Amino acid sequence: MSTSSDIKPDLRTVDQAPSSVPGTRLTLHAAMLGRPDAPVLADVDLDIAQGEILTVVGPSGCGKSTLLRSLAGLLPPLAGEIGQDGRPLAGPCAERALIFQEDALLPWRTLRANIELPLAIRRVPRSERRVQAEEWLGRIGLADHSRQLPHRVSGGQRQRAQLARALAGRPRAVLMDEPFGALDAQTRAGMQDLLVEVLRGTGATVVFVTHDVDEALFLGDRVALLGAGRLLAVRDVPRPRDRTAHDDAARVALRRDVLTSLGT
Amino acid sequence: MSGPAPRAGRYRRPLPPIGRYALRMGAVAAALGLWQLLTSLDVDLWLRFSQFPTVTDVGHAFADRLAGADYWTDLTDSLTRIVTGFLLAAVLGVAVGVLVARSRLAGDLLGPLLEVVRPIPAIALVPVAILLFPSNEQGIVFITFTAAFFPVLVSTRHSVRALTPVWEEAVLTMGGGRWRILGSVVMPGALPGIFGGLSVGIGVSWICVISAEMISGQYGVGYRTWQDYTIVNYPGVFVGMVTIGVLGWLTSTTVELLGRRLTRWLPRTSYVPGTRPTAPRTLAPAQLAAASTDQPSDTEEARDEHLV
Repeated sequence: MSTSSDIKPDLRTVDQAPSSVPGTRLTLHAAMLGRPDAPVLADVDLDIAQGEILTVVGPSGCGKSTLLRSLAGLLPPLAGEIGQDGRPLAGPCAERALIFQEDALLPWRTLRANIELPLAIRRVPRSERRVQAEEWLGRIGLADHSRQLPHRVSGGQRQRAQLARALAGRPRAVLMDEPFGALDAQTRAGMQDLLVEVLRGTGATVVFVTHDVDEALFLGDRVALLGAGRLLAVRDVPRPRDRTAHDDAARVALRRDVLTSLGT
Repeated sequence: MSGPAPRAGRYRRPLPPIGRYALRMGAVAAALGLWQLLTSLDVDLWLRFSQFPTVTDVGHAFADRLAGADYWTDLTDSLTRIVTGFLLAAVLGVAVGVLVARSRLAGDLLGPLLEVVRPIPAIALVPVAILLFPSNEQGIVFITFTAAFFPVLVSTRHSVRALTPVWEEAVLTMGGGRWRILGSVVMPGALPGIFGGLSVGIGVSWICVISAEMISGQYGVGYRTWQDYTIVNYPGVFVGMVTIGVLGWLTSTTVELLGRRLTRWLPRTSYVPGTRPTAPRTLAPAQLAAASTDQPSDTEEARDEHLV
């Protein structure tokens, strides 16, 4: 089931889940995060298990994005340690893909060319790149838009393409920075379902930042609460990714707790 | 237009492309007519047109020149100089601009030097060119190069610095290295700005190649124009000016079209086929349907090609 990342691409069947690379374990130990002149988070201790979905909520400006960028390796920790599978991070790499809230697709590349980019970086041969990108476009329902430029499709479609681009590189961890933040409620629910669907079988570890508590409780195996410059708590979510669990007593209680501790 | 469209009637319909060409030709013809009128009537109202050659004088002089061999030698000489100088400036300007914008070390090493040299008008470098280069030819190319180099450098530097950081971060988290970022993010992203610099650069290059030829050339449109002036051949001077104008127009159009072709991805404000900015658009239902079904980019591009 789980295959190593150096498997030959042509051994995989077309319809199978895109990548079943094992997820990665991410750890923060007494980490101080932020830019050197402006630390945002202090004393962060967090252990993100292999293959889990951890959602991160908190008021805006509390350091959610900083946490994510630090995990991506774009921001080195100011103190403490960030580790991947026990080894300290050394800068950004393809194992930890980052998905942004705003348009991070390259505007001069078509949707397909954007999705081909991580494959090109991994030196996948051109014809194979094309096949994989088209597969991805089909999976996210954008097969008809493969030759479109990003600004010619809707915001929701752009975010779907960004998701496909990140996952096409078969990362072991996917770091998502309020990826659905700019979408309307209906598109958003659809995107959440799509995310759950495409993540199934990838085995990737996911850190998903959002300011929407309901989104956090739906997607996450666990939810981390940030506030006042530190990590407030990490809570287990009962029955994650189950739409019917919304009225579950345990879920309602957790939701109330989360909202209380966030001070809203 | 079919059906009742009460509001549409108030808007002017956009001119078809042929109409726009006619309008442009008409404007040029009107200017020439005015020139002919003022000079043939020897109008002397503060501005003195009595010594001015008429359009027909210039036309005859032009026809004579076209028949001779010197004209074409001048033309190819000037073009060779400007193309060489400009291409060198484009390549080096972009390279140094990217380097200065991306590397702090390069910025520290080259920044002050470039800033000191930049304000010096390229044509003021004639003495330097004469001292440095064994032949006038190379000196003129050097001056043309310097003229275009700085606009290209500065606009490249600015547009590289203005790139959206998430593009680079996205490629970094896909495992892209320095060269991948340069090729896949920095160059394509900075291209619109770079072409702004190239457009300015080609214009400044013409100014400098003509001036340099006037000072130290042998053959070349600038040299010929100056020669005509010294022997009081005014129609010849005007032939030179027209030649410079047309050549400048051709080269800057080439740069412009190339730029448009390479930055076709740029988002544009709402797609308005052929409309003049003063006339708000209305589309007949049939046009609307057509616009939404076919690939808009083709039509859009086709519309844009004849703007120059």
